Amino acid sequence: MKLVVIGNGMVGQRFLEQLVARANGGSTQVTVLCEEPRPAYDRVQLTSFFSGKSAADLNVVPAGFFEQPGMTLRLDDKAVAIDRERKLVRSAGGAELPYDKLVLATGSNPFVPPLPGKDRPDCFVYRTIEDLEAIRAAAARARVGTVVGGGLLGLEAAKALKDLGLETHVVEFAPRLMTVQLDDSGGRLLRRKIEALGVTVHASKNTKEIAGGAERRHKMVFVDGTALETDLIVFSAGIRPRDDLARAAGLAVGERGGIVVDNHCRTSDLDIYAVGECALWNGRIYGLVAPGYQMAEVAARHVAGEGDAQFLGADMSTKLKLMGVDVASIGDAHGATLNALNYIYTDESAGVYKKLVISGDRKYLLGAILVGDADEYGSLLQMALNPLPLPEHPEDLILPAREGAKKGLGVDLLPASAAICTCNGVSKGGICDAIAAGCASLGALKKATKASTTCGGCGPLVKQILDCELKKRGVDVKNHLCEHFDYSRQELFHLIRVGKLMSFDAVIAQHGRGRGCDICKPALASIFASCWNEMILKPRHAPLQDTNDHFLANLQKNGTYSIIPRVPGGEIAPEKLIVLGEVARKYGLYTKITGAQRIDLLGARVEQLPLIWKDLVDAGFESGHAYGKALRTVKSCVGNTWCRYGVQDSVAMAIGIENRYRGIRSPHKMKVAVSGCTRECAEAQGKDVGVIATEKGWNLYVCGNGGVKPRHADLLATDLDDRTLIRFIDRFLMFYIRTGDRLQRTATWLENLEGGIDYARKVVCEDSLGIGAELEADMQKLVDTYECEWKKAIDDPEIMKRFRHFVNSDRPDANVVFVTERGQIRPARPEEREEAAATT
Amino acid sequence: MSEWVAVCRLQDIVPNTGVCALVGERQIAVFRLDDDSVYALDNRDPFSGASVLARGIVGDLKGERVVASPVYKQHFSLSTGQCLEDPGVRVAVFPAHIDGDTVLVQA
Repeated sequence: MKLVVIGNGMVGQRFLEQLVARANGGSTQVTVLCEEPRPAYDRVQLTSFFSGKSAADLNVVPAGFFEQPGMTLRLDDKAVAIDRERKLVRSAGGAELPYDKLVLATGSNPFVPPLPGKDRPDCFVYRTIEDLEAIRAAAARARVGTVVGGGLLGLEAAKALKDLGLETHVVEFAPRLMTVQLDDSGGRLLRRKIEALGVTVHASKNTKEIAGGAERRHKMVFVDGTALETDLIVFSAGIRPRDDLARAAGLAVGERGGIVVDNHCRTSDLDIYAVGECALWNGRIYGLVAPGYQMAEVAARHVAGEGDAQFLGADMSTKLKLMGVDVASIGDAHGATLNALNYIYTDESAGVYKKLVISGDRKYLLGAILVGDADEYGSLLQMALNPLPLPEHPEDLILPAREGAKKGLGVDLLPASAAICTCNGVSKGGICDAIAAGCASLGALKKATKASTTCGGCGPLVKQILDCELKKRGVDVKNHLCEHFDYSRQELFHLIRVGKLMSFDAVIAQHGRGRGCDICKPALASIFASCWNEMILKPRHAPLQDTNDHFLANLQKNGTYSIIPRVPGGEIAPEKLIVLGEVARKYGLYTKITGAQRIDLLGARVEQLPLIWKDLVDAGFESGHAYGKALRTVKSCVGNTWCRYGVQDSVAMAIGIENRYRGIRSPHKMKVAVSGCTRECAEAQGKDVGVIATEKGWNLYVCGNGGVKPRHADLLATDLDDRTLIRFIDRFLMFYIRTGDRLQRTATWLENLEGGIDYARKVVCEDSLGIGAELEADMQKLVDTYECEWKKAIDDPEIMKRFRHFVNSDRPDANVVFVTERGQIRPARPEEREEAAATT
Repeated sequence: MSEWVAVCRLQDIVPNTGVCALVGERQIAVFRLDDDSVYALDNRDPFSGASVLARGIVGDLKGERVVASPVYKQHFSLSTGQCLEDPGVRVAVFPAHIDGDTVLVQA
């Protein structure tokens, strides 16, 4: 069978994936026409393009997808005509593509009101990555930006303009923002919150024309006689289905646009399907991705021969975060159902508005509006969709928790058919199946089911189902450290801190059993260091340390150690560079520049370590803690001191951060970087903590990682001043140190943190747990009690006694043999070692 | 027949750690636990070939006293030298005892 798909947006791509999942054998030849220069990307997250994500980050096509046999993707090639008689599609590139079945996934166009002046330069729409690139280029020469349209997408665009550093205005025709989703009170509160963030909202404004401005590039003239001057304009006043191809081919289209489809997503020509925003089902256009995905699945199943697959409408509930403000709208939010009753809760001081719409018989939830706090979205949505009976006091669902009042709903009550992740069409049953198949963590579930990977709104609900199911199965949900402790690292941290326990013996006597092992001993040593910051080689701590910490150096495969002195921010004066070279030459060490802007000296025997460090400490070097689960380095670019593009002094900030957090022990190693501008030469978004300079201050990213499983860091906060930046890093690191699992990097920690980055942001930036001051004080204590471990060690004869290979001889370890390669030493291979032994 | 050799004083070994002693040309890891029992094993880690077992962390697993190799973390029984992760691997063990404050190894 020959199948042609026009359009490779999110819905078109979902169709293909659903089809491939069902295709048996490679008998179907699929050709995909995509007018854009790149395959499908996440348009929902388009705005994140301005807060650091690249086009590659937004890609949604699985690796190798279009390399599958029978699959052809024609990028940059637009369909220009459908010849239904000959059953072929003509492309702008001159191709004639015959089809047995054709799928239209052409999406929508932004609606641009027919105003005089709408085609002036620097007037944009907001749909493709190319649109965003053009907006970014124009923003560089602009000071004021205006969005026409105060709906969901318009506010997203406003956030983008704000991120680009523009004075931002939103012009809305209706009296309130987000007319479709919110009521007057909700809209008013949202407006107040958004204005507090520095975006000016002009409601009830009907634009008459756009002309040349006096101060700025354009002047928007409104019908009421007022005007607004602006440098660039983004139109985001709704969408229009792209039905021109279908229309020209004579397919049935709606009066106000949209390709008419039946319940199988077939158009009036039964060999042609339409899915997503271009399709008109039952008189409706669905402008959200989740219903589009549902249509894609229905069409794919129908094409694959499952005749019973039907689309029967979709839920339009949404939850989103607009400039940090949570907004959610569920079901019949406006109370349009006959006899519907409302419950309303407003807290103007906290900026929270919540409304429940329930049925006249008080039995079921029909809809809801949440502004400022949308934590209950998941449970309310389930309650409305399924529908589940309301609790005795429905108001408790939105009121702040009272003593004894149980909030939300038990996930156990949900039927298997309950849609949990509407973005990816994952039901509770699907999640339970994955758990039954062995997924035992949120991360594993996300990977297996795709649940909570698009908007993330259902994350907390998925976690609740996971916990509930595991409990039911009698599965140990425990994450006990090892056989000696029935506690997780986080619990032990708490016990040690609250009980003021300072030695392994005390902790195992009170909370554990046995003699301990190589898992719990270093873990507890790290907790002691994080809590009390005693020298790690004190006699009571030394036996707990892994060999790297025990000898304050990194063990290599042949039993020798490597030495990495601290070079804060990667800045090093020539004199100190020469010292490193001289020390390496004196002791015959192999030298290499590390990936973290430091210099590694390898091949030191255990008895040489004190001698080498004596020389290094005398020259002013400090321990670099490369051996510890601790802060490694703070990488930096040269910043605005030298660089033509730099906007802040990234080197000074990096040195400041490195000197602040040096030596602090954590669940795993921590890497940090500071970039002096958005070109990001320090690769901060691949670090546990990444700082990127902006015109106004610093953007703070967290939980990135390179290594085995690279992870792009998440943006935690923007445009921070120096002091706030350090305060937030203090809180973030201490929060991680307290709650992380043993050997859990921040990236995995975040993926398993219930509520994810939003929760972390609440704790760190909004101090939702009220522990901000405590975290800062704990961190300050660690900073104040820092001492260079090597400086301490070489002054302590008891510690120095351990730095010899034999307890009863001064001979070196004869088993350590080096050979020369490229002018430096390297460990001898086993056969070379035998050879050396035979000749001596 | 090998004989008892004094390798160090008891206070030369921090409780719950090991040291390496040179006996003839042989490297022997000697461990002292906090109940003042001592154990002696071949110092060579069979998995990496490095002479480092004396630098491992000691403890117990299911009641068996063990040292964990500092290189790849396999566990070796202090009393038998048996590797817990690999039944085919065992390191040599030597009798050890304390006489007064002297640690002796028979090798």
